[in-house]
Amino acid sequence: MRRLPKDSPSSEITPEPLFWRRREFMKNAGLIGGTALVTGGSLQWLVGKSPPPDAPDTPPLPIAQLPSVAQHGQYDTAEPLNSFKDVSTYNNYYEFGLDKGDPSDNASGLRTRPWTITVEGEVANPQVIDIDTLLQWFPLEERIYRMRCVEAWSMVVPWLGFQLSDLVKRLEPTAKAKFIEFTTLFDPKQMPGQRFPVLEWPYVEGLRLDEALSPLTMMVVGLYGKMLPNQNGAPLRLVVPWKYGFKGIKSIVKIRFTEQQPRTSWALAAPDEYGFYANVNPAVDHPRWSQATERRIGELQRRKTLPFNGYGEWVADLYAGMDPRRLY
Amino acid sequence: MAVATEAEPRPAPPARRRGSAPYGWLKPGILLGAFVPVASMVQRAASGGLGANPIAEVENELGLAALIFLVAATACTPFRRLFGWTWPVRIRRELGLIAFFYALTHFLTYLVLDQFFDWGAIAADILKRPFITVGFTALVLLTPLAITSTNSWVKRLGFKRWQRLHWLLYPAVALAAVHFIWRVKADIRQPLTYALILAALLAVRLVLYLRKRYAAGETLS
Repeated sequence: MRRLPKDSPSSEITPEPLFWRRREFMKNAGLIGGTALVTGGSLQWLVGKSPPPDAPDTPPLPIAQLPSVAQHGQYDTAEPLNSFKDVSTYNNYYEFGLDKGDPSDNASGLRTRPWTITVEGEVANPQVIDIDTLLQWFPLEERIYRMRCVEAWSMVVPWLGFQLSDLVKRLEPTAKAKFIEFTTLFDPKQMPGQRFPVLEWPYVEGLRLDEALSPLTMMVVGLYGKMLPNQNGAPLRLVVPWKYGFKGIKSIVKIRFTEQQPRTSWALAAPDEYGFYANVNPAVDHPRWSQATERRIGELQRRKTLPFNGYGEWVADLYAGMDPRRLY
Repeated sequence: MAVATEAEPRPAPPARRRGSAPYGWLKPGILLGAFVPVASMVQRAASGGLGANPIAEVENELGLAALIFLVAATACTPFRRLFGWTWPVRIRRELGLIAFFYALTHFLTYLVLDQFFDWGAIAADILKRPFITVGFTALVLLTPLAITSTNSWVKRLGFKRWQRLHWLLYPAVALAAVHFIWRVKADIRQPLTYALILAALLAVRLVLYLRKRYAAGETLS
């Protein structure tokens, strides 16, 4: 026969009303906590963003194998640089996602070697150039440029590259060539953002030939003295500092010289909001927001946006006689 | 067996006191959870976790939280009418006030941190930029609802008038959804998801309203 446990002494028995209150309290506390957890958790899932990833650890550019790096300085700004972390983790590169942190999260799968650039169209020497061959053609130069995004923020970036004009001269466009058109890689496996028709893929950008020949226009292969991180457009991108950032097409696989103005991606997606020229102009607002001011990343207060992003003394002449309102 | 039958019936738990109504835990639980995004933003602001453009990040997160609570408040009546649930209606006022809190802090972030009291730029934004115009209008519409959310205001206005005033929630939440869609550069998948949920809720609301009016009209004639 099993022995029943002895009764507890009556002093240890919780008085009944207290028992019920404590029980109710515990139950309520649990329910409140559970509700808070479910509400807060799902809310944070919908609203919150994870902190930005760490800056990528890109291998330093093998300078030893390359022609010497020239220091010009004529076009450089003396403004403080944005950090490598900001430059490499706050990006618009829709091929890798729509949030600013997505490209640094998703671009590591992009293979930038082997990589070739096809040159075609109105050009004396159509050819396919290997990126490592291209890197031997011109001395690399550091240029510290302001970068003004159409979304009204800006950065100061030390790019590493060469003047597009040097490349154009070497490729010898024909007399018919009036424009130059660039195309980004199209590979939805490597670029997951291309699985969604946010823009017409692949991304296409272009310049008028005289814009391409401006000494300010750069083909960029690095930043901060290192290889270009994938999310910044490795292995080869365009930088046109007096135009909004979206003109700076990334991960270029094709350069085509044309007689007609190229059909560029953003101008196709929203022609009344983004034009072919896209020159930085504080007097011409984006239809949905002002372009008069910008937030320099890292600064608290907005600052005034400069015409041609402050590069007017070198490029304003290109647009003599044109209506600046058409230059958005 | 005999022991069980002989034992006195187990006393029922005492009647619930005031304040511990059924689902009494729901309101404090939701209130606590509703401020998780604020706590997270404060924590990330202190640790540099808001990214390179923290002001824009805070502005976006506050605005999205406001829209979520507005949609939740809109869902209360359809949920009761469709499924017979009463608990959503109990927390409707709370959801609405939390939505107003987020909408207001969203606007204050724009006013103070983003524009730093640049009244000229703010006026130009509100007048010239449709996406800001509709967002600001939504906030203006929500303000009287927040003010008159107390029981004494229901009494003062009379239920019918108070209810009619609070129908302003519907245009406000619709404008908030449009504000989000117009703000986005190219990919409208996320704002469209909220807009579609909202459209479904408003459609349910409209059908229920029309049916009620039609039924009332029939019985009268």
